[in-house]
Amino acid sequence: MTALLEWLLDPLQFAFMRDALAMGVVLGVLCAVTGSYLIVQQMSMIGGVISHSIVPGLSIAFFLGIDVGIGAFVAGVLSAICVALLEKRSRLKVDAAMSLTLTTFLAFGILLISLLETNQVDLSSLLFGDILGVTRGDLGRTIAIAALIITLVKLFYKELLFYSFDPLGAQASGLPVQGLYMGLISAITLTIVATMQVVGVLLVMALLVGPAITAYLLVKELHQMMWVGSVLGAIASISGMYASYYLDLPSGPAIVMAIFVGFLLALCFSPRRGWLVAKARSPHTPHQ
Amino acid sequence: MLEVRNVTAAYRDRWAIQNVSFVLQPGQATNLLGPNGAGKSTLMKVMLGLVPPVSGSILWHNQPFAPHRHRVAYVPQRTVIDWDYPITVQNVVRMGRTRQTGWLRSFSAASNAIAHHALDRVGMADYAHRQIGELSGGQQQRVFIARALAQEADLFFLDEPFAGVDQTTETILFDLFAELKAAGKTLLVISHDFGDTLAHYDQFLLLNQTLIAAGNQSEVICPACLEQAYGKRFYLAAA
Repeated sequence: MTALLEWLLDPLQFAFMRDALAMGVVLGVLCAVTGSYLIVQQMSMIGGVISHSIVPGLSIAFFLGIDVGIGAFVAGVLSAICVALLEKRSRLKVDAAMSLTLTTFLAFGILLISLLETNQVDLSSLLFGDILGVTRGDLGRTIAIAALIITLVKLFYKELLFYSFDPLGAQASGLPVQGLYMGLISAITLTIVATMQVVGVLLVMALLVGPAITAYLLVKELHQMMWVGSVLGAIASISGMYASYYLDLPSGPAIVMAIFVGFLLALCFSPRRGWLVAKARSPHTPHQ
Repeated sequence: MLEVRNVTAAYRDRWAIQNVSFVLQPGQATNLLGPNGAGKSTLMKVMLGLVPPVSGSILWHNQPFAPHRHRVAYVPQRTVIDWDYPITVQNVVRMGRTRQTGWLRSFSAASNAIAHHALDRVGMADYAHRQIGELSGGQQQRVFIARALAQEADLFFLDEPFAGVDQTTETILFDLFAELKAAGKTLLVISHDFGDTLAHYDQFLLLNQTLIAAGNQSEVICPACLEQAYGKRFYLAAA
């Protein structure tokens, strides 16, 4: 018992581990809430589009000397609007619109970094990040953003539920669906911008999608998906970081793999939809 | 009284409907008929304000209809809904109370009671806590009809409510149509059925981009009109 306690407490003697664990828990909760909307709207790849499309915003913000977060947020929201416009106003399907937008924004951003000589934009840290390098400032800012987004989701839950389940019905009933879409996209972009500078694109995308789809296999209501996803995201973050500490693994990928293990377990053992559960339930063919 | 006056609408680069005019009366059920791609759903969406018309107007007692659109309960086509969405039957029906509840508020006890009563009317009260994806096609359609009832609307626009439903659901829906008509409600229903069910409607609109015929059953469901709408190879299934 003491050995287990020691095993659990040992990493916590380091301030950087405490902050990283706290960040992991906050991100797990925040990403599961916003990510649930991505999943039910069948837009899970928009997280990838937004997270790669913020690069031109970073470059321009550096060039103008304004907060890079603002530049990244504007570019991210613009990319999501581009996807929506291409899908609505042309014959393109949403996956094609996403691919075109992602590659164009990213390439344009890299060009801008070269043209505006804003080489301070560190692409590799953006893409891969390091949760162990989290500062108290990062943590405070992320907690504030998580509190804001979760409060807004709570306040507008019934409208967002209607819109994400039946957009046509919601629009016909008089709900401002474009406003709701922009609100959702802004929340998702804010989540990504606030966190990817700290933990990288890979971890943000995994945290947005993984815990939410795992919960999707387990529950039958959107709000349950958010609750269960939050718990799963937090557990995956903590277990990934402990694995990283004791096995000397890179922390971000360790968390992503922990998320995948959770998903695999749900896929096999979900009480209502699990592959193995369904197999055990299916009637055996009687021998002739 | 709802009047559609000279409405023309386009879908991307082609005309969807042209110069369509008709009137819907309270206490009547109108059947909107026409072949696939005739513009039936587009016409309904124009009336709901979901698709902007190129020209023409929709009037409610001779006034613009837009401020009165909340009077309409709309049941979209089954195919536009993701039936794997994590939501229970009860919460789908409560959506019908979203507008009446208003922003930043939870559903009141009265709204919950209205939603429960609506589910009861379509024979689905026992399924309130089931996930919507666990139901059959007919049961899912009844849940959407319950949502429309919970809205306590004056007009009901139903886009192919009978597609892929069982006999029980069909009977329940036609019984409801009769109740709604008796209560002075206006019904507009897109349907492909040319069988005995035509007797449940008071007015027929035959559409294929333009309005080919409008009137009662004998005026609209006649060989000449149907041939004009569907082409020469169309034969009356009910004949």
